[in-house]
Amino acid sequence: MSWFLDNLDLVRELFVRHAWISVVSTLVGFVVSLPIGWYAHRHPRLRGISVALVGVLYTVPSLAVFVLLPGILGTGFLSVINVIVALSTYAAAVMVRTTVDAFGSVSPAVLDAATAAGFSTGQRVVKVELPLAGPVLLAGLRVVSVSTVSMLSVASLIGVSNLGSLFTDGFRRDFLDEIVIGIVGIVVLAILLDALLVLAGRLLMPWTRAQRTVAPRSRPWQGFFSRIPGVGA
Amino acid sequence: MSVVTDTVDWLTASEHWSGPDGIPHRVLEHVGYTAETIAIAGAVAIPLGLWIGHTGRLRSVAVALTGAMRALPTLGLLTLIALYLGIGLTPPLIALVVLAIPPLLAGAYAGVESVDPQTVDAARSMGFTEGQVLTRVEIPLGLPIIVGGIRSAVLQVVATATVAAYVGLGGLGRYLIDGQAISDYPQMAGGSVLVVVVALLLDALFAGLQALSSGRRPSLRSRAPSSP
Repeated sequence: MSWFLDNLDLVRELFVRHAWISVVSTLVGFVVSLPIGWYAHRHPRLRGISVALVGVLYTVPSLAVFVLLPGILGTGFLSVINVIVALSTYAAAVMVRTTVDAFGSVSPAVLDAATAAGFSTGQRVVKVELPLAGPVLLAGLRVVSVSTVSMLSVASLIGVSNLGSLFTDGFRRDFLDEIVIGIVGIVVLAILLDALLVLAGRLLMPWTRAQRTVAPRSRPWQGFFSRIPGVGA
Repeated sequence: MSVVTDTVDWLTASEHWSGPDGIPHRVLEHVGYTAETIAIAGAVAIPLGLWIGHTGRLRSVAVALTGAMRALPTLGLLTLIALYLGIGLTPPLIALVVLAIPPLLAGAYAGVESVDPQTVDAARSMGFTEGQVLTRVEIPLGLPIIVGGIRSAVLQVVATATVAAYVGLGGLGRYLIDGQAISDYPQMAGGSVLVVVVALLLDALFAGLQALSSGRRPSLRSRAPSSP
């Protein structure tokens, strides 16, 4: 505990760094997955191929990707760009699958109604499909944000600093407290980002709250924990 | 692209294909750790998961626990256990077992739960004991999902065993960690390529097993009416 108080600035700096790398990677993965998932949803033949392809992407161990990307991209070995590209790719790999499911969850009758009401394809996607796919997309984003926060810590092994640096530093110095603080920091960040996503979902999709009264979720914790996937799941 | 040629040179150099630090030995080590970990974790998690799925007891505890354990950063757990228990191969293997339990447990109870309750009730009404319901109905029908859990766990262990080289485990992760210590990028990249190949091959193997296990369903169904 005294180490934590003495090194508050360091922990805060690593926490902020860990947070922005995770948030940027999750958002990039999400934005990339939206058009791919929508296109795959519209073209059933592509659906199987794209889902299989992103499944293969997700089987590749993260440390190997962190090592190989600098060689492929030509960026510096310690560049944070490698890590963001790697984590965004993982995020997109999970999100493409979710996006296909999310657009698939929108009732065709609603789409026909929108077309009948005079919506163009573009308007229909933005104003009807996207909002209705929102709850499933949010569930996927919650999964991705937690696994991104956890996975980023591995990047400390190749020298890109984040909260995981407390693990490598603590291990080298034979100092348990530092490792425990790193774990606590990562879990706190994961819970914080999850809460922000839930909040954003309530603000952007106020109608989902009304539905929740039908099936009340008594313990939001359970939602947080049950949505974390295994590798390759 | 000199990086690529350097990596190919490293991978094809004959001196890297023999001895205790040679590629065949490291691949065998890596696959060996994975098999050992899955065997130990499976012996604990699969019977427990089957019991949870069959009885429905402790389900919410299992869901919360497996989720919470998966949220833990693997490197944090590895360094923590290694420091706590000291050097040697046992601490990283214990960490690997701990990390393999959640997907195995989840696969086992989700597999049993996926079986149609009407099918289970039909088996009971025909006089199956609870043990027979589990071994003759729930396990065969839930097998694809149970194998899917093993597949997830295998991938998780292959990835984490690579990271575990940092706390002294052998296997392919050695090339990544040792290569970095001496700034030998071709060695790190070569090791990474090998890890990716091993992960993809094992995933393909388990994808095949999963397909085989789901192929058992129709044969079981066609056999059922003819049995007295």
